[in-house]
Amino acid sequence: MAEKVTVIVFSGELDKAIAAFNIAIGAASMGMEVSMFFTFWGLNILKKNQGSIRSKGIMRKMLNFMNRGGSKRMPLSKFHMFGIGKWMMKRLMKDVNSPQIEELMAMAKETGVKFIACTNTMGMMGLSKEAFLPEVDSFAGTAAYLAEAREGKVNLFI
Amino acid sequence: MKADATLDCIGLYCPMPIYHMANKLKELEPGQVLEVLADDEGIKVDAPAWCRTTGNEMLGIEEKAGEYKVYIKKTK
Repeated sequence: MAEKVTVIVFSGELDKAIAAFNIAIGAASMGMEVSMFFTFWGLNILKKNQGSIRSKGIMRKMLNFMNRGGSKRMPLSKFHMFGIGKWMMKRLMKDVNSPQIEELMAMAKETGVKFIACTNTMGMMGLSKEAFLPEVDSFAGTAAYLAEAREGKVNLFI
Repeated sequence: MKADATLDCIGLYCPMPIYHMANKLKELEPGQVLEVLADDEGIKVDAPAWCRTTGNEMLGIEEKAGEYKVYIKKTK
């Protein structure tokens, strides 16, 4: 049986997401079975880029307005500088033929990486399944993560 | 070294050579040799590590002017 790898993606920044997907793709390419659990700000990576996010209540509406998410809206964790830093970083990455985040996500899926979205955060933030990309394999919680992680050879928190 | 197939990973950085290597090797038969061309120095350590994990055989690495030729034999 293949060795298991789990990655908790807690952060919603582009650079951290790139690191997470690179490790996931690397592990899958080494024949390992990879699950990525997206929670808290990490859910932003899995949100659709188009459309608005519907949620109930003024606080959730405000949160989802300020924290819209989607792969195209993610900031850098450092030197974002209102988007100038991100633009420069993307230029540098293009320079060395590094894939864009959307391409990394597609490669991860193609190599069999599972995407799991945390239902706890979804409930708290008032996010419905419709807010997320069809690439999400399942919506689950801590028990689902731990069941995988206890069999995992490599378990990461990013 | 003689190879049955060649994969060009020049200009690609980690983990892309590993990703393409794994995909390319799927097309080969057991016993066949894959030659990987790369210029990311990480390949010198990454390719043997990949082989150790996947159980394929690392035949050798040739280095010339910052470019690497990696030879991997598919075992299963």
